[in-house]
Amino acid sequence: MDELLAEFLSETGEGLDQIDVELVRFEQDPNNAEMLNTIFRLVHTVKGTCGFLGLNRLAKLAHAAETLMGQYRDGAPVTVEGVSVILASIDRIKEILAGLDRDGAEPPGSDTDLIGRLQMLALGEDISAGAMPGAQTAPNQLPPVQAALDELERAWRGAPGPDFGAGEAVSAAEANARETQARVQTVRVSVETLEHLMTTVSELVLTRNQLLDLMRRTGESEFKSPLQRLSTVTAELQEGIMKARMQPIANAWQKLPRLVRELSLELGKKIELDMTGGETELDRQVLEMIKDPLTHMIRNSADHGLEPPAERMSKGKPETGRIKLGAFQQGGYIVIEMADDGRGLDVQKIRAKAIENGLATPAELDRLSDNDICKFIFKAGFSTAQAVSGVSGRGVGMDVVRTNIELIGGTVDLKSTSPAGTVFTIKIPLTLAIMAALIVEAAGHRFAIPQYSVVELVRTGKANGHQVELINETAVLRLRDKLLPLLDLAQLLGLEGGQAMFERLANGVLTVVVIQVGARLFGVLVDSVFRTEEIVVKPMSSLLRDIAIFSGNTILGDGSVIMIIDPNALGAVAGSVDGQEEAAHAVAAGPTQVEEDKTALLLFRAGSNTMKAVPLSLITRLEEIETGAIEHCNGEDVVQYRGVLMPIVYMQTDRGACGDGVQPVLVFTEGGRPLGLAIDEIVDIVEEHLDIELNTETPGVIGAAIVNGKAAEIVDVSHYLGQGFGARVGGTASAGADRAIRILFVDDSQFFRNMLAPLLKAGGYDVTLAASGAEALALKDGGADFDLIISDLDMPGMDGIALAEHIKADPKWRGIPLIALSSHTSPVLIDKSRAAGFVSYVGKFDRQGLMSTLQDCCRHWGVAA
Amino acid sequence: MSVHTHDLEEASEGYVTVVTGGQLFGLRLDRVRDVFVPRGLSQVPLAPPEIAGLLNLRGRIVTAIDLRTRLGLAPRADGGAPVAVGIEERGELYGLIVDRVGDVLRLKPSSYEANPVNLDQRWMKVCAGVHRLDHGLLIVLDVDKVLDLSQFGAAA
Repeated sequence: MDELLAEFLSETGEGLDQIDVELVRFEQDPNNAEMLNTIFRLVHTVKGTCGFLGLNRLAKLAHAAETLMGQYRDGAPVTVEGVSVILASIDRIKEILAGLDRDGAEPPGSDTDLIGRLQMLALGEDISAGAMPGAQTAPNQLPPVQAALDELERAWRGAPGPDFGAGEAVSAAEANARETQARVQTVRVSVETLEHLMTTVSELVLTRNQLLDLMRRTGESEFKSPLQRLSTVTAELQEGIMKARMQPIANAWQKLPRLVRELSLELGKKIELDMTGGETELDRQVLEMIKDPLTHMIRNSADHGLEPPAERMSKGKPETGRIKLGAFQQGGYIVIEMADDGRGLDVQKIRAKAIENGLATPAELDRLSDNDICKFIFKAGFSTAQAVSGVSGRGVGMDVVRTNIELIGGTVDLKSTSPAGTVFTIKIPLTLAIMAALIVEAAGHRFAIPQYSVVELVRTGKANGHQVELINETAVLRLRDKLLPLLDLAQLLGLEGGQAMFERLANGVLTVVVIQVGARLFGVLVDSVFRTEEIVVKPMSSLLRDIAIFSGNTILGDGSVIMIIDPNALGAVAGSVDGQEEAAHAVAAGPTQVEEDKTALLLFRAGSNTMKAVPLSLITRLEEIETGAIEHCNGEDVVQYRGVLMPIVYMQTDRGACGDGVQPVLVFTEGGRPLGLAIDEIVDIVEEHLDIELNTETPGVIGAAIVNGKAAEIVDVSHYLGQGFGARVGGTASAGADRAIRILFVDDSQFFRNMLAPLLKAGGYDVTLAASGAEALALKDGGADFDLIISDLDMPGMDGIALAEHIKADPKWRGIPLIALSSHTSPVLIDKSRAAGFVSYVGKFDRQGLMSTLQDCCRHWGVAA
Repeated sequence: MSVHTHDLEEASEGYVTVVTGGQLFGLRLDRVRDVFVPRGLSQVPLAPPEIAGLLNLRGRIVTAIDLRTRLGLAPRADGGAPVAVGIEERGELYGLIVDRVGDVLRLKPSSYEANPVNLDQRWMKVCAGVHRLDHGLLIVLDVDKVLDLSQFGAAA
C-alpha cells in the first residue's frame, strides 16, 4: 500500500477514536469551546488529508460533518440528534477506512443519506420531525449549504489553527496544545517489532539467569564483574522494553463513553460516565485482554445496576445515574475500580438462584455474608437477569468476565450495597511476559510460584513454634492466632516418591508458602524454598493446557524446565465455594476487632543490646543476604536485589559486626525502590498496644515503648529511608509547583503524627498537624487554608466523620478534598466515610497507598500550588 | 507404461525409521525436524501418562511423548539411552521418544498397504498403513494422530 495512505489510515484511526470520546463529552458540556475546537480540528484534518489523497467519498462526508460542527462552534444549540448523526457519520468514515485498508481504494457506495441529514441539521431543521433524509434533500439543498459552508470555511481560515502555521492571534489553549506536541517526540513502531524485541529480551534474561546460575555454582572467577554488569544492563533493557510496551489504559476506555451514550439512549436511562486515572499504563497485551470484560461490566452496570430515572427520583437519587471508572497502580498491579450508584445487587435473588442452580445449599448460604453471596454472580452458569435484554443478556455472564481476568493472573471482586450501588474491583498484573517467582521444591520436583501472590514464608517444625495441626486429616497452621488452611503441594499434584505429609512433617522442617488470592489466604506446604528468580513465562504445550493448576512453564537458570503454579487454581482448591473462606475470615476477624488498637511490631536487635521495634506493616520483606553479595559502589553499600541495586543502610555503627555469612536485612520500599536496613538479628513479631514515650533527641528513633514487657526503641523508618535515598527522595509532590502542597493532618495518636509527618514532609508536602477534630476546626476558624486534609477516622470526641461533616458545612473549607485514614478497613466504615465526603480511604499503615493517593488527589482535584 | 513406472518412482516417499519395542516404524521425512537425545526431562504432574515430560532444547521447551506408552507397550526395561525425534507442530515442539533411530528409507507406493483389519485398536488409530519391506514390515506412523492424545482418551 501507498506509504502515505498507510500513514493516513493509522493517524486517522487514532483521531477518530478520540472523536468518539470527545463528542460524548461535548454533548454533556456543549459550552466547552476547547473541546469543540479539538473535535473540529480532528474532522478538519481528516477532511483536508482526504482531499489531498483524492479520497472523495471520505472528503464529502467529513466536510458535511464539519459543517454541522462548525455551527456548533458558532454557538448553535447542540442536539442529541446532531451528535447521533455525527457519530453515525464517523462510523461510516470508519467503514470506508476499513475498506481502504483492505483494498487500497474507497469502497463503492453512497453517503447521501448521512450527508443529507447532516445538511438538514446544519440548516436548523429537525430531522426527527418526519422529514426524511436523503433523496429529497441532498441535491436541491446543496447550494445554500454550500454558501453557508463557504462562510464557515472563511471563518475557519480566519481563525488560527495548527494546520495553517502560526497565526497572529493564537489562543492560549492552542498555543499550549502545540507546545505539548512539540515537546513529546515520538516514533511509530509496529507492534510486531515490539513483540519481537520482547521475545529477544526474554531470551536474554534467560541466558543471563543461566550465566548467573553457573557463577553461583563455580564461585569466584574473572567473569564475575562483567557478568554483573551484563546483568544490570539486561535488567535495564528489560525494563525499557516493558515500558515501551506500556499503553495508557485510556486506550481500552476510548470506546466506553460512546457505548454508555448508546446504552443510555437504548435503555432510556440517563447515565454519566466518569473516568479517572486513564493515564495509568499497562502492558499492551494485558490491555487487549481487559477490553472485553470492561465493556461487559459497563453494560451490566447500565442495564442491571442503574435504575430507570423515575425509580431513581422516587428513591431520592439524582435522575442521572453515574458510573465511575478509575484506575491506579498498586505495586506490580493495576487496580481498576468500576462503581455505579444504582440499586446494588439483589441478594435475595442471587441467593435463590444459587440454590436453584445447585451452587450452594441454604445452610451454606446462611453462613455467608450478603457480600459473599453477591460473589456468586462470578460463578459459572449464573445470570440474574430474568428478562434477557438486548443490552447485557447475551448469554455471557460475569463468570466469563472473571475467567478472562483470571486468565491474565488478575482477580475481580465486588462490593454491593443496596441501595447505594455496586463497586467492582479488578486487579491485574502490569505485564505477563516476565515475572518474579519463588522457586520451591516438593517431592523432588521444582515449581515456580508467582511472587505477587506470596504473602510470606513460614517454617514449620517443633523448634519454630509454628505447628501444623490436623483437623480430621485436614492440615491447618496456627499463625498469629489465626488458623490458616494448608494445601500439601506434593499431594495436590499426585507426586510419587514423597512420603505422606504427616510423616514429612514429623521428620523435618517444611516451609509453608502463605498465598493470598483475592481475599482468600491459605498456605501451601512445600519441602523447601530456593530463591526468587525473574522468570520468562512460556505458554504450556497445548497437550498440557487442561491441567488447571499450571499457568505456564519456564526455563530456569540451570536449564531445566519447570511448571509455573497458578495461584488462582490453588485458591479454587483451597475453598470449593468462593467466599466461604472469606466468611471464615470474617468470623475469625470478629473477636480480634476488640484488639484493633494493637499494632504488629517486628522486634530486632542492631548495634546496642536495646531491643528495637518497627511496625511490621512498614516492612516490605525480610531478607537474608550473603555478606559477599554486598558491594561498595559510589560511596554506599548496595546489593543486587530483584534486578535493581538496593542501597543497604546499617543500623549499627560498625558494619562488619556480623562478619562473614548472612546479613539479615529489612527491606522497605519507597516509591517502588527498595532499601535494605541491615540489622543484627530478628527477634520476634508481636502484637502490642503501642504506648510510646517520645524522644525526639536521638535521630532515627521515634521514642520508646514497652513491648513484650520490655523497653524497646521504636525506629523512625523515614530517617533511614532518607539516609538510603539521600536527596533522591522527596520533591515528588512539589515538582513543578511554585510552593509545596499544604496538608492538614488530623490524628489523635502522637505515634502516627510522628510517623507520618516526616514521611509527608519527605514527600515534599507542607504539613500542619492537629491532634483532634476540634483543633482542626480551630485552625479553620482561625483562617488557615489547606490544599488537602488527611484525617484519622476514629478519634475520641469528634471522630473523622463528624469532622468531615463540619468541614463540608463550611463554605470556606468545603472544597478541600478529604482523605480518610484508618487502622481498620471495614467496608461499612469505608462507605460511611465516602458518604461523609471523604474522597479516598487509606489504611493507616499503607504508607505507599497514602503517598499514591496524595499524588492522585493532587492530580484529580487540581490541587496544585 | 514406462511413463507410469517413472511416475511411481517420482512419487516415492522418504521415511525416518525408528524402532520401538522391536517394531520398525516410519515417520514421514518432511515431518521430522531433528533427532536428539532427551536430557533433563522434567516430569509434569497430573499430565497424561504418554507425556514423558518437558525438556529444554536450545532454549525452547519441548513436550516429550513416549511412543511406548502411546502404543500401550511395556515401559523400557533399562536398555540403551532412548532417542527422541523432534517434530514441530503449530509452533510447538514435540519430541517422540523411541528406542532407536535407523536410516532414512525411500519407499515406493507399490509396497504400501492399508492397516491390516486385525491390528490392535490402539495402534490402528495412530498408524497410517504398512510398507512391505524385504526383511519385514514398516508401520507408517501418522504424526498428527500420535500427537493428538485425545485420540483414545489418553487421560483414562
